[in-house]
Amino acid sequence: MLTALIVMAVLALVLGATLGFASVKFKVEGDPLVDKIDAILPQTQCGQCGFPGCKPYATAIAKGEAEINQCPPGGDEGIRKLADLLGREYKPLNSEHGVEKPKSVALIDENVCIGCTLCLQACPVDAIIGAAKQMHTVVVPLCTGCELCVAPCPVDCISMEVVPENVETWKWKYPVFRLQPTDSRKAA
Amino acid sequence: MSTLRKLFGFHGGVKPDPNKDLSTREPIGQLALPDHFVVPLHQSVGGTPRPLVAVGARVLKGQRIGAADGNVSAAVHAPTSGRVVAVEPRVMAHPSGLAGTAVVIEPDGLDTPCERDPFLWRSVEPAEVRDYLRDAGVVGLGGAVFPSHLKLRAARDHPMQTLVINGAECEPFITCDDMLMREHAAGIVRGAAIMGELMQPREILIGIEDNKPQAAAAMRAAVQAAAVRGMEVVVVPTRYPAGGAKQLIRVLTGVEIPHGTRSTDYGLQCFNTGTAYAIWQALEQGMPLISRVVTVAGNVARPRNFEVRIGTPMGTVYAAAEPLADTQRYIMGGPMMGFKLPTLAAPVQKATNCLLAGTASMFPPPAPEMPCIRCGQCAEVCPADLQPFELYWFARAHNYGKAQEYFLFDCIECGCCSYVCPSRIPLVDYYRYAKSEIWARERDKTAADGARLRYEARLARAERDKLEKAAKLAAKTAAGRQKAEQALSGGATPDAAAAEDPKKALIEAAMAKARAQREAVQPKNTDGLTVAQQAEIAKAEQRRELARQMAENKEAPPE
Repeated sequence: MLTALIVMAVLALVLGATLGFASVKFKVEGDPLVDKIDAILPQTQCGQCGFPGCKPYATAIAKGEAEINQCPPGGDEGIRKLADLLGREYKPLNSEHGVEKPKSVALIDENVCIGCTLCLQACPVDAIIGAAKQMHTVVVPLCTGCELCVAPCPVDCISMEVVPENVETWKWKYPVFRLQPTDSRKAA
Repeated sequence: MSTLRKLFGFHGGVKPDPNKDLSTREPIGQLALPDHFVVPLHQSVGGTPRPLVAVGARVLKGQRIGAADGNVSAAVHAPTSGRVVAVEPRVMAHPSGLAGTAVVIEPDGLDTPCERDPFLWRSVEPAEVRDYLRDAGVVGLGGAVFPSHLKLRAARDHPMQTLVINGAECEPFITCDDMLMREHAAGIVRGAAIMGELMQPREILIGIEDNKPQAAAAMRAAVQAAAVRGMEVVVVPTRYPAGGAKQLIRVLTGVEIPHGTRSTDYGLQCFNTGTAYAIWQALEQGMPLISRVVTVAGNVARPRNFEVRIGTPMGTVYAAAEPLADTQRYIMGGPMMGFKLPTLAAPVQKATNCLLAGTASMFPPPAPEMPCIRCGQCAEVCPADLQPFELYWFARAHNYGKAQEYFLFDCIECGCCSYVCPSRIPLVDYYRYAKSEIWARERDKTAADGARLRYEARLARAERDKLEKAAKLAAKTAAGRQKAEQALSGGATPDAAAAEDPKKALIEAAMAKARAQREAVQPKNTDGLTVAQQAEIAKAEQRRELARQMAENKEAPPE
C-alpha cells in the first residue's frame, strides 16, 4: 500500500517536472493560429473588415470575436480557405463590409496632383512615392488596391483602375465542352 | 562512330502517324518581305524586354529593338531594315489571343544589315559569351523558348558528362529541324562545338529519330568533316515524345532526372539543333536570332519549310503554302501540343516551329468528353511516369494541393494521355488549367507576403519616429533646463521666486534675452539724413504723438 503510494507520488513528481520543463523549453512564441489566418488574408490592410489591418482581423477571428466572411478582397475563396482551416461553416461574404471586386490598382492623375502627401500617409504598404509639393505616383506592382488613398486626396486625382489580363497573367480556362444547339425538328 | 552504343528506353509514349514526308520534298524556301513586320517584345520565358526604338526610328536588319529585362530574358532584334511605324499592343501567337507590346516595322526593301564588330568568343570569359548570346536573343528553338545563355553553364560541383543535341523532332507533321539538319548540318555541328567549348562535356551526342535517315546522314558527314572530339550522331527509335529533353537524355544516357533537380546536376544538358545553329550564327556570323525555319503543313497544297523572319504575319506564311479552300482551323505547333491560333494576323515568333492548317476531318475539334472509366491507359503511356487520371480528378475538383503532391509540374503536356483516352477527355487542358491556377495563386501569395512585409516595416517606422520625436523633445527640455540653471548660477537678475522654480527662471531668462535682443536692434536708416528728411521725421513723430494723445483722451473719461 505504502509502496504504491510512494511510486505514484514519485511518478507524479517526475512527470509534473517533465511537463513543466517542456512548457518552458518548447514555449511557442506568438499564436500560430493567428499567423495561419494572416497567411490566408490578402494583406491589403484596407480595413474593410472593421479592424485596423489584416493582423488584427486575424487575431479577432482566432479569438472567435469576428466572423470569417468580412474580407471583401479575399473573396469567396478566402472565406472557403478560412472555413477549411478553422472548421467553421462557410458563409457568403457579408455585404456590409463590401463586395468582391476585380483586382485594381490606384492611378494618380499626375497633371492634377498638388503634392500634398496625404495619400502617402494613407497608403498602408508604402506603394506611393513622392514628397511635399512634388508629384506623387503609385508603384503599380506594390499597390494592393485597398482604396485607402482615394478618400484623402483633396483634388480627387486618384482613381482605381482594373488590372487588365495580359499574356503572363492569363489563365487557362476550366475545360468545358460546349453543347451545340441542334435542330430537333430536322431530327424528327 | 560506334553503332553499338547502348540505348535506353523511356516509359510510355505513343506512335502517331508521323506525316512528315510531304513537307520534306522541297528545300527550305525563302519568303518575300511582307509589307510589315510585327515583332512582339515578349518572345521567351522570363521578363518582357524594354523597347529601344520609338515610332519613326529607322532600324537596320539585326539591330536590337528590345533589351533583355534582367538576366532571365533575351533581346529582340529587327528582322529587316525599315522604319518603326508603331510600338503598341498587338495580338500575339498565344492561346489567350491577348495582345502584347510589339514593334511594328515597315520594311524599306533594302534589307541593310546592321554593322557589327566580330565577336572573338574564344578569347573572352564564358560569362561574357553568355551575355553576348542574351543580347543576340538566342533562345531554345525546340518550342520552350527558354533563354539559352542560362543553360550554357555547368553546375559548379558536377562537371559536364554529356551534351545532348536534340534532333529527334518527334511530333507529327513538324520537319523544321529535319530540313535544317539536311541543309545546314555544318552550322549545327559548329554551334554544338561552341557549346562544347563553353561547357566542356566529355561527349556530345546528337540524337536523331530513325525516321530521318537523310538528316542523320548529313549530320554524320558534317561531324566527320568538323572532326570534333567526342561528338557523335546517335539514331534513336521513333516514338513520341522522344524529343522531350528528359526523354532524349534518358534514351541516350539512361539517366532519369529526378523530380526537383536539373539535368546539369547530373552533368547533362540538352539543346535543340535549331538553337545550336542560332548560336553559331550569333557568335561566328554576327547575326542575332531574327529568323527560324517553320514547317507549314496539313491542309495545304504545297506543304513545305520556310525560313521565316520573326515578326512575319502568319497569314503571309500560310499563303506561301497555299491552304486549301476547306481549311477551317489554323494551329501553331504540332497536332499533339499545338494550339488554335486566335487570328492569322498574329506574327511568327521564336517559338513558332510549325503552322498547321486543318479541316474538320484532318484535325477534328475535340469530341464530347465522357466520364473517366479508370482504364489506366493514360498512365501506361505517360512518359513522365505520372498518374494522369489522378491528376485529372484533382484538377477537375480544383484540388491543387493534391495535384502538386502527385507532381503536376513534372507533366510536360505532351498530350499522350489525351491521345489514348477512350473517353476523349482533354486531360492536358485540365493540367494546363490547374497549372495556371497554381501559378496565379503563387503570384498572389508573393504579392501578399510583400505587402505584409512593407506594412510591418511601415508600422515599425511609425513607432520609431514617435520614439525619436519624444527623445528629441526630452533632450531639448533637458538642455533648456540646464541652460537656465547655468544662467541662474551666473547670477543674472536672480529673483527670489525664480530661484525656487527653474521653470520660471527659464521664462525669465528667455524674456531677458528677448529684451536684450530688442534693445540691440536699432533702426539703421536714420544715419546721415538730409535736413528735409529730418524735418519730415519730426512731423511724423508729432502726428504720432497727437494720435497717442487723442487715444488717451478717448480712453480717459471726459472731464
